[in-house]
Amino acid sequence: MRALYVVAVGSVASGVFEWIEAAAAAWFAFPIERLPPLAIPEGAYDASRGQCRSVEIMNALKRAAPADTARILGATEADLAIPMLSFLFGQAQLAGPVAVVSLCRLRQEFYGLPPDDELLRQRLVKETLHELGHTFGLTHCPDPKCAMSLATHIGLVDAKLERFCARCGSQLARRLARSHGETL
Amino acid sequence: MKNTWPILVVDDEEVMCESMAAWLREDGYRVDTAPNGRRAIDLSKTADYAICFIDLKMPGGLDGIETMLEIRRIREEAAIIIITAYATVDTAIQAIKEGALEYIVKPCNPQEISLLVARLLKVKRLQRENAILRKKINRQYRHRDVITKNARMEEILNLAREVASLRSTVLIRGESGTGKELVARAIHYSGARDAKPFVTVSCAALTETLLESELFGYEKGAFTGAVAQTKGKFELADGGTIFLDEIGDISPKLQADLLRVLQERRFYRVGGSEEVLVDVRVIAATNKDLVEEVHQGRFRDDLYYRLNVIEIRIPPLRERREDIPLLAEHFVERIAHELGRDITGVAPAALKLLLGYDWPGNVRELENALERAIVTCRNGTLDEPDFAFLHDRSGAAKTWEVPDVPLSELERLAIIAGLERRQGNIKETAAALGIDRSTLYDKLKRYEIPR
Repeated sequence: MRALYVVAVGSVASGVFEWIEAAAAAWFAFPIERLPPLAIPEGAYDASRGQCRSVEIMNALKRAAPADTARILGATEADLAIPMLSFLFGQAQLAGPVAVVSLCRLRQEFYGLPPDDELLRQRLVKETLHELGHTFGLTHCPDPKCAMSLATHIGLVDAKLERFCARCGSQLARRLARSHGETL
Repeated sequence: MKNTWPILVVDDEEVMCESMAAWLREDGYRVDTAPNGRRAIDLSKTADYAICFIDLKMPGGLDGIETMLEIRRIREEAAIIIITAYATVDTAIQAIKEGALEYIVKPCNPQEISLLVARLLKVKRLQRENAILRKKINRQYRHRDVITKNARMEEILNLAREVASLRSTVLIRGESGTGKELVARAIHYSGARDAKPFVTVSCAALTETLLESELFGYEKGAFTGAVAQTKGKFELADGGTIFLDEIGDISPKLQADLLRVLQERRFYRVGGSEEVLVDVRVIAATNKDLVEEVHQGRFRDDLYYRLNVIEIRIPPLRERREDIPLLAEHFVERIAHELGRDITGVAPAALKLLLGYDWPGNVRELENALERAIVTCRNGTLDEPDFAFLHDRSGAAKTWEVPDVPLSELERLAIIAGLERRQGNIKETAAALGIDRSTLYDKLKRYEIPR
């Protein structure tokens, strides 16, 4: 059976992977495997913006994906961005194998507040579900409590629950059933 | 589906195009990308994009503004957002002046873009809804309201469809209440002018001077009370259609003015010295026999020929009785709904009565009769007694009871009625009463009848 791989891009505290893996295992019926960390690819860092190009990181993840990859999710401390947008909490290929989440703006420290591990865990779980949801073809959900709702600032991430709404959940179940039959 | 709208992203940088497209796709939009202006224009020819994001600076070929202008030539209502890496007031002003809806500087806050897209799509939705509603109204005039299975009426509708796209003047003839305006609207709304105004003028309702300022408008100070320049119906109908109802009733002076408009498509406002040019299709209607009016010298023959380019004659209802059940069914359904009455239909006996009646007021009379019957009806079906008033009306017309009054009073009533029928026209009234004009003047004086 193909696996759902998780991987650190750059240095990431290993504790957070337990949160990611638990969330992925609860919703996505694949064996979860952790890959050795990847270095942040050369050329991904944009010095003028002090951010990493999300597209470059996703390309690196795609290259690193083993042959039996069902999905590959990268986690990074880098602040992600694309040319058009000032930042991203994460990005995914819609109905494709690659996704990435950034811890940078999920941390309270980013907003000048004291660290809060429980809050970080909650936010990371929501973003994990959100980006992996995209890789199974789910688009944004109008329900602000659903993990698939669009978050354009941290307040909207906090407004979500650590779960999919009934509609997105059943859509995900159908896509999962179908994707078990497909080969990469 | 919530987001079926297609969006176009135009940028020479592939990463910019693809990452923006990917982000929008996560929101459920169908997104196309183009690496240059040429490609964007080609794509716009085949797809009607709800929003186009266009980068201002693209090397070689068309820049963002030029691309926008080309796309707007193809899609007049395209919502265009110009993107640039550096904000300068000048380029922002230029982009907006040239017709961009928004101007954004990259990188842009995700929330800002998300709100912007939502706002533009809301406008798109309203535009689309408006188009659908407009279509609904047109269909009402094309198919639903011209209800018929009469062969002659079918021919008329076919002719109306054929002439819809032309600019030729149409003359519609038919008795009062036969649906002349409905046919005129059908012509207008199935032609290329359907998005432009359809303006109706009832020529019989107004005096000569009023009708003149109504049709051609007037300048400030043209007459007492002309406090501001006012557009006439011809100007209001510019690009569209003007419907001149009861054209047979206009005065010789207005006939001359109208002839000039038809020939030259230009006119002066009342009291004005500047010519006004208009592109208006004229549809005229009358219940008079205009050929006879021309023979009698009451209607200019040159105007008649100008109007009579395409002639449509609508038969009276009594000549298309097979339509009565259809029309009755339609009106009952509509009126009962409007009045909130629970009426299911017309009983066979009542229908027989409707089929036998002559309907001098044609479809309009039928509609009014049904409305009256629906108002007074006591159970769910319209039956014979509900139409008792029709008997009274037809009976009254056939057996006019001569009242017991002095002979002179009868004469006086006959003259008043004759004058009223002919809008005070002495010559016509005298002819109708079979007396000389001077005799009529004498009698007016004797009976002290004001004119």
